[in-house]
Amino acid sequence: MTEGYGAISRRDVLKTGAAGAAIAGSIGPGQAALAQPDPAAPPRAAVGLKVNGQAVRLDLDTRTTLLDALREHVKLTGTKKGCDHGQCGACTVIVNGRRINSCLTLAVMHEGDEVTTIEGLGTPESLHPMQAAFVEHDGYQCGYCTPGQICSAVAVLEEIRAGIPSHVTADVSKPAPMTTVEMRERMSGNICRCGAYSNIAEAMADVAGVKA
Amino acid sequence: MKFDKPAGTNPIDRMAVVGRPTPRIDGPLKVSGKAPYAYEQQDVPGKPAYGYILGSAVAKGTISAIDTTRAERAPGVLSVVTHRNAGKLGKGRMNTAHLLAGPKVEHYHQAVAVVVAETFEQARAAASLINVDYARESGAFDLAAARAGAKDATGSDAPTSVGDFAGAFASAGVQLDQTYTTPDQSHAMMEPHATIAAWEGDSLTIWTSNQMINWGVKELAATLQMPPEKVRLISPYIGGGFGGKLFLRTDAVMAALSARAVKRPVKVALQRPLIPNNTTHRPATIQRIRIGCGSDGRITAIGHESWSGDLEGGGPEAATQQTKLLYAGANRMTALRLAVLDLPEGNAMRAPGEAPGLMALEVAMDEMAEKLGMDPVAFRVVNDTQVDPEDPSRPFSQRNLVRCLEEGARRFGWNRRKAPGQGREGRWLVGMGVAAAFRNNINGKSGARVRLDRAGGVTVETDMTDIGTGTYTIIAQTAAEMLGVPLAKVTVKLGDSAFPVSAGSGGQWGANSSTSGVYAACVKLRDMVVGKLGFGPGDAQFEGGQVRVGNRVADIADAAKGGELVAEDTMEYGDLAKTFQQSTFGAHFVEAAVDRYTGETRIRRMLAVCAAGRILNPISARSQVIGAMTMGVGGALMEELAVDKRFGFFVNHDLAGYEVPVHMDIPHQDVVFLDEADDKVSPMKAKGVGELGLCGVGAAVANAVYNATGIRVREYPLTLDKYLDRLGEVA
Repeated sequence: MTEGYGAISRRDVLKTGAAGAAIAGSIGPGQAALAQPDPAAPPRAAVGLKVNGQAVRLDLDTRTTLLDALREHVKLTGTKKGCDHGQCGACTVIVNGRRINSCLTLAVMHEGDEVTTIEGLGTPESLHPMQAAFVEHDGYQCGYCTPGQICSAVAVLEEIRAGIPSHVTADVSKPAPMTTVEMRERMSGNICRCGAYSNIAEAMADVAGVKA
Repeated sequence: MKFDKPAGTNPIDRMAVVGRPTPRIDGPLKVSGKAPYAYEQQDVPGKPAYGYILGSAVAKGTISAIDTTRAERAPGVLSVVTHRNAGKLGKGRMNTAHLLAGPKVEHYHQAVAVVVAETFEQARAAASLINVDYARESGAFDLAAARAGAKDATGSDAPTSVGDFAGAFASAGVQLDQTYTTPDQSHAMMEPHATIAAWEGDSLTIWTSNQMINWGVKELAATLQMPPEKVRLISPYIGGGFGGKLFLRTDAVMAALSARAVKRPVKVALQRPLIPNNTTHRPATIQRIRIGCGSDGRITAIGHESWSGDLEGGGPEAATQQTKLLYAGANRMTALRLAVLDLPEGNAMRAPGEAPGLMALEVAMDEMAEKLGMDPVAFRVVNDTQVDPEDPSRPFSQRNLVRCLEEGARRFGWNRRKAPGQGREGRWLVGMGVAAAFRNNINGKSGARVRLDRAGGVTVETDMTDIGTGTYTIIAQTAAEMLGVPLAKVTVKLGDSAFPVSAGSGGQWGANSSTSGVYAACVKLRDMVVGKLGFGPGDAQFEGGQVRVGNRVADIADAAKGGELVAEDTMEYGDLAKTFQQSTFGAHFVEAAVDRYTGETRIRRMLAVCAAGRILNPISARSQVIGAMTMGVGGALMEELAVDKRFGFFVNHDLAGYEVPVHMDIPHQDVVFLDEADDKVSPMKAKGVGELGLCGVGAAVANAVYNATGIRVREYPLTLDKYLDRLGEVA
């Protein structure tokens, strides 16, 4: 799982890790005016990630979640914080090919991991097929849960193709079928309060090449 | 521009762009994570520090001591702001409780302090080091217990009475007298309330998530006791609001106070577990409905009373609103009664009034139809009215409720509906339910600025917001239609108090009002264009990027050759809303299946037929309706803020405990819009659908569950504990 830092060039660190690096060790101007810092200052650690194909090295307060590392340090704010407690799915990213709630995992646990965020799937000029399907089927409204929905949707189709069963798979000895029921079940950790579920199901079916 | 007589023919009627299914123009940004929401704005002067809010641990009382010493000493901490060092604060006109507690605490999780630190992790850790001592007071937290002491609401919420309700009800051949309850509900929008605040001298800029830019400016200025001209509020993308972001909330105030304290920008997001108690919610109701009918099914008496609670100085949940207008009947009464409760502040949530009101009224109608032995669709059709039943001199501007019901019944296969408890498919009890949808149309004064550049590009600027409703797109469609340019030539800039004041997003008034404001500005710009081109008077045609008057033709861009043309106007309204009752209508049909062994309910099919004037963009309008239908399923089956009646707070205050529908709960949904254009409401001839889509859904679900099981539950949500023991013996 751990790949070390071998693949990371200094240029990459400067290019993508500058924000995180700038935070390392910084002390705010107001701090000096207050009393002595608590001697039990929380430890920091370096972590190297591969985010959307780019090597990123960060020096982080070890309490930093993968979500906050992405949003506040790498400045990839496409991944959303809806609850910070693993209840809503807005923070879903794909780590080493599997979707996870990035708010429920510490960044330092991901040394060497490959992280794909919504920004890594496609850009406004060159959308991933799932992103384009969400636009076509209006699989969103406010857009806040959308990056998580799309990351989840991309990974769900892979999970079904890989034969991973779910709660609604009737026969777990056989590959799970590519059906909308399978998709809806597996997507149920991604809440959309605007209620675009019916449209998201159609977007996913479209990408999967099945009937919604 | 003033809209004071019915619209004649105008350029929107061409419907070359308006009314066409148009994918959202902001879609590519949203699906690629490039649309910046409040907490994500990078265009901030300086690196923001992080604020973390501490909420009150008691519902009512006084802060007797607050010790922030340890928090202040914690690593990275820059400041701790409490009532002791915040300076004198005012209160916005629309806030019932203060946005910073102290020394008095008005509700649970009211903000007590904000810790500002270099990092989020540091601020969060330090917040746990604050020690607050409270002198807790007892409070009123139980609506049922407070019901007897509730008082009649006043002003526009005062009781209404027409004819002799009591006499007519007493003498009615068929009577229904039932009581229904709806629980407290939470907006639960996906984006938490969040703000970045930055001061430059005595000027404040906040990047926030707010539905109503101009209200937000005024309320923040009032709270901070500063001139509103010194406040700039920017809110281009809003991750859902549903009424929860209509008003100034504590994230904005705490960010502003923090930024002032640490002399640099500060970002604050309300932590999810604070949101249900710290912010507003839809108040619970107890509703009594009485309907009297003749044996012909005609309503002779209809009465609706509703009890709700709020903090001192708050208002009622206006659950009787629709009953004044929805059905005929010569003798009628409504009454809203308000109890003082010390729960968090109640306020508007999507379709306030009608959403819970129809959850009761439309079940009562279902029950009455059964008493009469009538089909529920036919019973509603018989009691349609084309005039305001409280004032028959006021016709509806347009009312196609009957068509919605009949068209829906035909499409849904309503004639296959069985008697209660008779629909069986293996272990599933299957039933269908119907409910009428009703919500008033409201027009709001709304302004816009439209720019035409040398390349023929059009830019629209208005402080209107897009809360997922599709505003960016319908405004672009409106400008493209009015100026005869392709949609791709239009840029829309929203949600900035530097732009003309709009109606904002709420009460389903946004679409019609804001596009009417753009219409007004475009009318002005058209005159400027014709003038610049030196065309004489006459009917100008704007089409295909060209302007034509008589046989003279020019590219629209030519008008801006000498420099950008800028037009600004505001649409205002005359008395048409008084002369004509302006409302939106619909019918919801639901098929539900209840597991006869476990009591689990699944929604199988849903159809909404809506009559809401011209539909500006069928794609985003449909999404508004299916989203509302989804929220309606939540209201019917699962959503409930559970009240701790001892300590006065909502127990399930996060997205794990407060259950909302997920993918697996919602089937494919169908929506039909009747082809309408209402010339009494605006030059756009459009009304709203965003709240209409929710109105009645809960009752349609409840009626379907009743039709499936034969068991009537009158306390929402319809969780299985309320009927499992009545499902009968398991073979």
